Amino acid sequence: MTSLPPREAAAERGTLMSVADTVIDVRDLGLVFETPDAPVEALKDINLQIRRGEFVTFIGPSGCGKTTLMRIIADLEQPTSGTVTVNGVSPHEARLQRAYGYIFQAAALYPWRNIQKNVELPHEIMGVSKAERAEKARRYLDLVGLKGFEKKFPFQLSGGMQQRASIARALSFDPDLLLMDEPFGALDEITRDRMNEELLRIWHETKKTVIFVTHSIDEAVLLSTRIVIMSARPGRIVEVIDSDLPAERNLETRESPVAQQLAHRIRLGLKAGHSYDEVR
Amino acid sequence: MKQGPAGWMVNKLLPVATVVAIIVLLWYVLAVALNWAQVSERLAKESDNPPVSAIVAGTWEMERPVLPAPHQIAAEFSKTVFETRVTAKRSLVYHAGVTASATLLGFALGAVLGIVLAIGIVHLKVLDRSLMPWIIASQTVPILAIAPMIIVVLGNVGLTGLVPKSIISMYLCFFPVAIGMVKGLRSPDPMQLDLMRSYNASAAQILWKLRLPASVPFLFASLKVAVAISLTGAIVGELPTGASAGLGARLLSGSYYGQTVQIWSALFMAAFLGMVLVYSIGGIERLTLGARGQAAGAR
Ligand SMILES: Nc1ncnc2c1ncn2[C@@H]1O[C@H](COP(=O)(O)OP(=O)(O)OP(=O)(O)O)[C@@H](O)[C@H]1O
Ligand SMILES: [Mg+2]
Repeated sequence: MTSLPPREAAAERGTLMSVADTVIDVRDLGLVFETPDAPVEALKDINLQIRRGEFVTFIGPSGCGKTTLMRIIADLEQPTSGTVTVNGVSPHEARLQRAYGYIFQAAALYPWRNIQKNVELPHEIMGVSKAERAEKARRYLDLVGLKGFEKKFPFQLSGGMQQRASIARALSFDPDLLLMDEPFGALDEITRDRMNEELLRIWHETKKTVIFVTHSIDEAVLLSTRIVIMSARPGRIVEVIDSDLPAERNLETRESPVAQQLAHRIRLGLKAGHSYDEVR
Repeated sequence: MKQGPAGWMVNKLLPVATVVAIIVLLWYVLAVALNWAQVSERLAKESDNPPVSAIVAGTWEMERPVLPAPHQIAAEFSKTVFETRVTAKRSLVYHAGVTASATLLGFALGAVLGIVLAIGIVHLKVLDRSLMPWIIASQTVPILAIAPMIIVVLGNVGLTGLVPKSIISMYLCFFPVAIGMVKGLRSPDPMQLDLMRSYNASAAQILWKLRLPASVPFLFASLKVAVAISLTGAIVGELPTGASAGLGARLLSGSYYGQTVQIWSALFMAAFLGMVLVYSIGGIERLTLGARGQAAGAR
């Protein structure tokens, strides 16, 4: 790189105030999957900026590319066009810096490890000392309300508890970003509500930047600071809605008029995306 | 469910005992049928019209019967197992021990070879494509055809006794281990692999912390098959050498001299040894998986 004037150089490194706030910058992103029969255009013309501390939710019909977009951000999938930067660097470099805490729909705990050892896994891989990783695991299991279950094996825990363990595992190494792909999709309504409350509390305590995928409008309303509505074939962003809900929320907040209004807007957005699909 | 001693008798012992009783009964009938011709011929020389009861009794007491009666085998078994010093050449335990050591050495070598091959195949596409066809081809060659060659070739370089037999065992038993381990090492689901990638784990870390632990149940299933055919390999390895010790040697010398009773008791010893080996692996499996909370009962 040739020498840049100081301001640009600083911006390049992402240290300027306005830029520093942007954690994720997605520009003109597209991804076409080459499949044996026909190419699948999974994502098209995606532009999205996410600031530090935001809770951004992707919502849209099945197959609209929510998972794919998240996987591109996490460097688990490569785009065919456009660029993504994470903290000013490529997703690959961000992955090398271990910037991602990825939480899947299933807890993906290793059945041969007890809960404590499961949470210690990322630390083992990152070469953290035995004492320190044990301490971290205990602290974060406590944070997600699993104190006393350290020695249990995954099969001895309910689905909700397993997912809590996987959240503890993702948070415990203090990643920059929390990527959650339908983390509560497999849980019953009551457990899901409880997990939503927990997640709100954890998000307030840790101030993490969260990207969250869901099919539930309720969940999107309750959790998000911003909601990204997507449509399928090709996967595009239809609308981005800023939530005007107060920062302090609980399950009852969903019944407030502001929340009802927000849910309505999401529903309209999803409908618009859908009708576009039908016109084609 | 808990069951008392009476319940155990009815549920476990009774079916087994019934089957054994039926087999023994059929065996006696079969012994009469197969040995009839010889016995009646011999008795006909002594008297004109030998009684049927005498012929039947005769078929169960021949020295070299076509098919020995169960009590003859039991007598020979008990004589060569319990009434002979373990170190004596006539002791069946001694011969079983010789075969067992070749079996275990071959099994250990084969297991290591199988695991190493599987790790290579899973990690290197080149190996997957180049090695797999050869591995499969190696198993289509009848072991009876190559066993003598292995013995001769190794004998030429001065290797005799235990090692050539173990090599034949290894040749047979690395195969199920390799196949099972490839499947096991590939068993982690994409999510668990993605998780490792998101931690930026190295291939070695993925192997140690994910692939190998995930493959353990597959490994044990293959090891049970492998140990059984390792025993077959060791016995086959004892046949072409004219070995003086081992269950294979007992089978061979038995067939030279028409000692069918000896052959059958060696066969029973081989079956017993095979069972002990397979159940031992099963025991280790339960201990290992039990320690990880994956025991069959705990699932
Ligand atoms: N590896 C792949 N190869 C080919 N096509 C793929 C691949 N992964 C995803 N797709 C396709 O890309 C599109 C987007 O998939 P994606 O999983 O991102 O959708 P999604 O919005 O997460 O759906 P869901 O809500 O059901 O999870 C789908 O049409 C899917 O079939
Ligand atoms: Mg998805």
